[in-house]
Amino acid sequence: MTPALQADRLGKRYSQAWALREATFEVPAGAVVGLVGPNGAGKSTLLQMTIGLLEPTEGRVAVFGATSRANRADTLGRVSYVAQDHPLYRDFSVGDMFRFGRHMNPRWDQALAQQRMKVLGIPLNRKIKRLSGGQQAQVALAMALAKRAPLLVLDEPVASLDPVARVEFMREVMAAVADTGLTVVIASHVVSELERICDHVIVLTEGRMQLAGQVDELVGCHWLLTGPRTGARAGFPGMVVHRADSDRHSTVLIRTHPGRPALPDWQTQPVGFEELVLAYLQRPAATTASDPDRAQRLPGSVTKAVSR
Amino acid sequence: MFQFRLDPASGVPPYLQLVHQVRQSLLLGYLREGDRLPTVKDLASDLALNPNTVVKAYRQLEHEGLAGGRPGQGTFITGTLSPATPDTHKALRGSLERWLREADEAGLSEEAVTALVAVVRYELRKEGVV
Repeated sequence: MTPALQADRLGKRYSQAWALREATFEVPAGAVVGLVGPNGAGKSTLLQMTIGLLEPTEGRVAVFGATSRANRADTLGRVSYVAQDHPLYRDFSVGDMFRFGRHMNPRWDQALAQQRMKVLGIPLNRKIKRLSGGQQAQVALAMALAKRAPLLVLDEPVASLDPVARVEFMREVMAAVADTGLTVVIASHVVSELERICDHVIVLTEGRMQLAGQVDELVGCHWLLTGPRTGARAGFPGMVVHRADSDRHSTVLIRTHPGRPALPDWQTQPVGFEELVLAYLQRPAATTASDPDRAQRLPGSVTKAVSR
Repeated sequence: MFQFRLDPASGVPPYLQLVHQVRQSLLLGYLREGDRLPTVKDLASDLALNPNTVVKAYRQLEHEGLAGGRPGQGTFITGTLSPATPDTHKALRGSLERWLREADEAGLSEEAVTALVAVVRYELRKEGVV
């Protein structure tokens, strides 16, 4: 089956600086992908190349098999996009926004947009500027869904919302996924809110991919080891992701095969999603580079043994 | 309709939390054979949870023989974990409650109660009872 999203050594350079390099991954159709990274990690750059707002400097990204090109109608038509600030015309009414959407999008589903407003109790004649932040986000989401594109891209969609509005927004997204089998990419830096939303994750830092894969598979092949402090050269069955040493004991996160590794000297524990993502976010970018043996395809396969 | 909940701080993957809640409710008699579970869409929307996670949890329950899908109708509880009838369950719960009150009056801590239960279970197991 054609992946919903496929990036191959994708990169973008702004004058001298690379915003993103060597991004290679695949996302299956119907997945909900969390794109995680600090500000400036390259999340928005990656998204904008995907939806056709930016042209890659190198490599390519394809949506359902078709390579994304900047400012081409066919690329823009394949993807729905909600930007962080939910851009809407403040002096338009909700109904005016929908009329605008209908003129701009050939597959526009007016009934769907109106039905969502009815369920949420947002009147069509209300001016955008009279709506709360949460309601504006819901209008932007309804417009994205009414576009009927197979891929929905959300760039920090709830960053500006209060906790209740955040949950209400994500409820609508999850219901749409259940209804239509939509593929969703959500950029966020709120790691704690991602676990219940995503089944796939991509972690970016400083323009480099740190981790990509199916969440349960990734969690299943990482282990947290605790034991007496060893020398820095101690060997582990897998790649050391993160290690912390106190005077007498060490805590080491390793990536290895699925199944608990047998290590007599170490206490071995499974690791939670949030802890795993945070460990990768804290890795210096220099340790990832473009090692061809580092598996970055989805679902995440096992890397070769590396000891440091 | 059965109400699921999610504890984001538990560290347990969401799909396993759903599976555990069904198992626990079956053990306690809150869920019985024939009960309907929420649809994937309703549960995903209620909990703002990824529908793929709900599907995974329901599949796991089917794999364990505890639930099954009926085309067009939804997912239903098909198995049971507790062989006791609701009345037996209630009686056992009552005697346990009385015992725990006695233990509390005698000044036993929670830890001491747990230790005592473990020791008695161990001895009964030696006799082949539990």
